Amino acid sequence: MNPEEIQDIIEALLFASSKPLSISQIKEVLEEVDNQVIRQALLELQKKHAEEARNFQIIEIAGGFRITTLPKFAPWLKKLFSSQKKNKISKQALETLAIVAYKQPVTRAEIEAIRGVNVDGVIHSLAERKLIQVAGRKPVPGRPLIYRTTNYFLDAFGLKALSDLPRIEELKEVGEDVVRRFASKN
Amino acid sequence: MAKLIGLPKTKEGYRVELEAFSGPIELLLHLVKTQEIDIYDIPIAQVTNQYLEYLTLMEELDLDVAGEFLVMAANLIYIKSKTLLPEEPVGIEEEEEDPRAELVEALLEYKRYKGAAGQLEELNLHRQEIFDRGEANPEGFDNDLIETDLFGLISAFRQVLTEIGQEPFKEISRSPVTVKEKIKEILNFIEGKGSFIFGEIFRNVRSRIEAVATFLALLELMKQRQILVRQNKVFGEIRIFKR
Repeated sequence: MNPEEIQDIIEALLFASSKPLSISQIKEVLEEVDNQVIRQALLELQKKHAEEARNFQIIEIAGGFRITTLPKFAPWLKKLFSSQKKNKISKQALETLAIVAYKQPVTRAEIEAIRGVNVDGVIHSLAERKLIQVAGRKPVPGRPLIYRTTNYFLDAFGLKALSDLPRIEELKEVGEDVVRRFASKN
Repeated sequence: MAKLIGLPKTKEGYRVELEAFSGPIELLLHLVKTQEIDIYDIPIAQVTNQYLEYLTLMEELDLDVAGEFLVMAANLIYIKSKTLLPEEPVGIEEEEEDPRAELVEALLEYKRYKGAAGQLEELNLHRQEIFDRGEANPEGFDNDLIETDLFGLISAFRQVLTEIGQEPFKEISRSPVTVKEKIKEILNFIEGKGSFIFGEIFRNVRSRIEAVATFLALLELMKQRQILVRQNKVFGEIRIFKR
């Protein structure tokens, strides 16, 4: 297979897939082609789409690649899919989701300690929306459930991986900062 | 509740925009921000008063004041009382911590995640500008399957027990299988396949006790929301899916 062919096949795979395709998934199909070659082909394909100003783009998201429409078509597409409009994520849910995303794996009690409110309902609705999931139990008394974000979470927020999350300052620094400030007062 | 008498007028008076706070810490953070208070040097008496005023206002407007808001109020009053007390002479070694330190730490930590939540919202909005093939078919196959209720599961389990049959009386020994092991087994089993038929997981089960452990493991996984139990119709074949 020459590079052109590989690109064409990958484009077809991406087009037909309803989920992001990881390099290893593409590799399973293309068998004898190297991961490195696949990655190169994806990047070429991405470039081609951008340069030739096609109506689609290939983005890296949630541990894989997928074909999407360009943002400029959003007004029409939103109209087309208006009937299945997803409910906006509430402020409470976003705060809880942020805590799970940055602190995972995390228990309900740990989230409640930060937000200062009961999060039962919010956790339930986030799990229902498949943004978070149970990842087992914490080996402490009471064995509370621990939560993680899902792959779908990455997709819904346009992230390549968890490491792609916007950076927030290290929490440790906060603690130290407080101690220092209070210490310097006396 | 007595405060509610003559409420309409009061309500008119407070035509201020009242933000809905997601919790007591957010309300406190709001007060700190709007008063341009140095977060590291909170005038606790002033903030406590404002906080309580806010609670009264929320009550008068008939907003649901959750218990957590009252817990924070109690906490603030406690800190206030501590700062009012004359400092006890303390040894050089054990210098007493500022009673506000914990509060400040909680505020800062909360603020951080609130900021992160804002950024996530932004990302989500951007993501909604682009559309993918998933839109047309959000849930895939499990659309036309119905959720199996507990009774359905129990009757399927009874079927399994009947197939195992009665065991002869024998010495009672410690159960060789645990629910924990079974959970692992089920998760491994489902990992490769994505789904399996209810009966499959009981195929190699040899004793009633093992069957019970397996069933409990299934229930636990359902509770943990790691698996989905679905069937195509009532009394239909039960299938277990990975979430």
